[in-house]
Amino acid sequence: MKLPKLGLTTKKSLKGYLYVSPFLIGFFAFFLIPLIQTVVFSLSELKIVTTGYTITPVGLDNYNTALFVDPDFVPTLTNTVINTLIDIPAILIFSFFIAVVLNQKFRGRTLARLIFFLPVILTSGVVAQMEINDVMNQALVQDAEFMLGGQHFVSFLLGLNLPPAFVQYIVTVVDRIGPVIEASAIPILIFLAGLQSIPPDLYEVADVEGITGWEKFWMITFPLVSPMILTNAIFIIINSFTSPRNEMVRFIGENTWSRGGYGVSAAMALLYFLSIGAILALVVLVTSRRVVYLE
Amino acid sequence: MSVAYKYRVRRIENIKLAAFITKCSGWIWTVVRAVLLIGLCFMILYPLIVKFTSSIMHVDDMYDASVRFVPRRTTLQQYRIAWEWMNYPRVLLNTTTLTLVVSLLQLASCTIVGYGLGRFDFKGRNIVFGLVLLTLVVPPEMVMIPLFLNFRFFDLFGLIPEPGINLLGSYWPFVLTSCTSMGLKNGLFIYIMTHFFRGMPHSLEEAAEIDGASSFQTFYKIMLPGAKPAMIIVFLFSFVWQWNDRFYTDLFLRNSESYLSYALQTFAARFSSNSPIRRQFPYHYGSLLNNAGMMMFMAPLLVLYLFMQRHFVESIERTGLVG
Repeated sequence: MKLPKLGLTTKKSLKGYLYVSPFLIGFFAFFLIPLIQTVVFSLSELKIVTTGYTITPVGLDNYNTALFVDPDFVPTLTNTVINTLIDIPAILIFSFFIAVVLNQKFRGRTLARLIFFLPVILTSGVVAQMEINDVMNQALVQDAEFMLGGQHFVSFLLGLNLPPAFVQYIVTVVDRIGPVIEASAIPILIFLAGLQSIPPDLYEVADVEGITGWEKFWMITFPLVSPMILTNAIFIIINSFTSPRNEMVRFIGENTWSRGGYGVSAAMALLYFLSIGAILALVVLVTSRRVVYLE
Repeated sequence: MSVAYKYRVRRIENIKLAAFITKCSGWIWTVVRAVLLIGLCFMILYPLIVKFTSSIMHVDDMYDASVRFVPRRTTLQQYRIAWEWMNYPRVLLNTTTLTLVVSLLQLASCTIVGYGLGRFDFKGRNIVFGLVLLTLVVPPEMVMIPLFLNFRFFDLFGLIPEPGINLLGSYWPFVLTSCTSMGLKNGLFIYIMTHFFRGMPHSLEEAAEIDGASSFQTFYKIMLPGAKPAMIIVFLFSFVWQWNDRFYTDLFLRNSESYLSYALQTFAARFSSNSPIRRQFPYHYGSLLNNAGMMMFMAPLLVLYLFMQRHFVESIERTGLVG
């Protein structure tokens, strides 16, 4: 039997499917089906037996337990969400600023870049978890933070007649400067790549027109990097919500194997995911209107 | 002197002044930038320095209030204990093997998928890309329990009769998820690769096709070498994240104590609960041990980073990473 001749475009699109097929297989086998199972588990009670597992539907009981019976779930969830919302603007502004600085030409730039990306390596996963519990680290790190977060600093800011809410925000951010710097490593990378993709002739034109550096920044750099702001905001949210350091992630992890059981922890995971989704949608809605695309 | 002359003199002075101000502000910025960067770099390096100094600190210095950062007496004892109790050589070998297998497979699969998404126009491409982003947004905890059960009673979509095979404790769960780019943060890798391939000039492929290269040859011989910068970033990230991971290691491997991340978290407790030895050491000695352990945990990563740093920084410059 002879195969029917395929057109060039059909052939090309078939090849496209072929290349993405590993992902599609994985998506269905190790993502979509488990996801549906999680939804099912969250609506039922699950027991492990030797030949597999059995499930008995219990309706919305697990959600009820998570939201209204468990004393820790709701406070942990709100805490996590509030902390992330505080961090997002701080990380965005900080990483953008650092990316602009690291994009300039100066001596020791390579070394500075090397150090700024170091947190990617040093502070993900296990080491970060251990630092929280380590006596020696805590004692010494607190020493360093005292220099910045002290009472003098607060009274200085209030003395400048700044609104107290703003001062409160600044102090909270300064308190978390360590985590902010660490979380900025990949956003800096993304911003840096964005800065480098701006066509240099735009700046040349600006120079010919006699535009100042300040104007250049707001009229060229900022609008052209704005898509990265959205990308980064999304990345920061995802990263902080899924990092093993995250309170909620640890909470759900502990829950699975100890109290509540599978069903309740599946319900918690789903509720958690829904709140992430809501925040993501909010951020995309707020930022995407201001984003400018070059083309 | 005529008015016109005076005016001209003043103008020249003004221009000189403006030039002077520009020069000054340039200098000020250089100084401010240097101070700022040095300060921030110090803050980043600070935890590392603390870890290092407390890892070589002698026990006596720990309770000496006059010792802050620089230990008065140094010792390698903590490293010796960590080496022995973590079972370092064996655990290091296990971890390196697992991490290399996982990160190379992820690199391969994410590159292939990224190529498909970045270079081919097919129906539903945007949907597939959306699905990639979806896998990034959903925290792995969401699918943890079903994944665990699926691999515990693995039936290959019903092909293997009940109760299925228990794949836990072997590399298979890692291999399967990595080959299908479902590992840790693989959505991000696909995203990076897709954008990189999208940015490469189309003339490359056309030239290869005219010369009679097959589709796979074009990919392998033309596109892959060009994608090296993005691939380096993906490999580094995937290696580091797998190395640091405890989530999947605990989930898939029963004997996770023979992997570094687990050994690191438990060895100090095991050491100090061992009663005959414990009496010789103060209560907080575990902290010094942990710091030595963390240094040993991070050492291979630091070596890899320093080894690849030239490529890494260059890659950042040439990757239109996202956009």
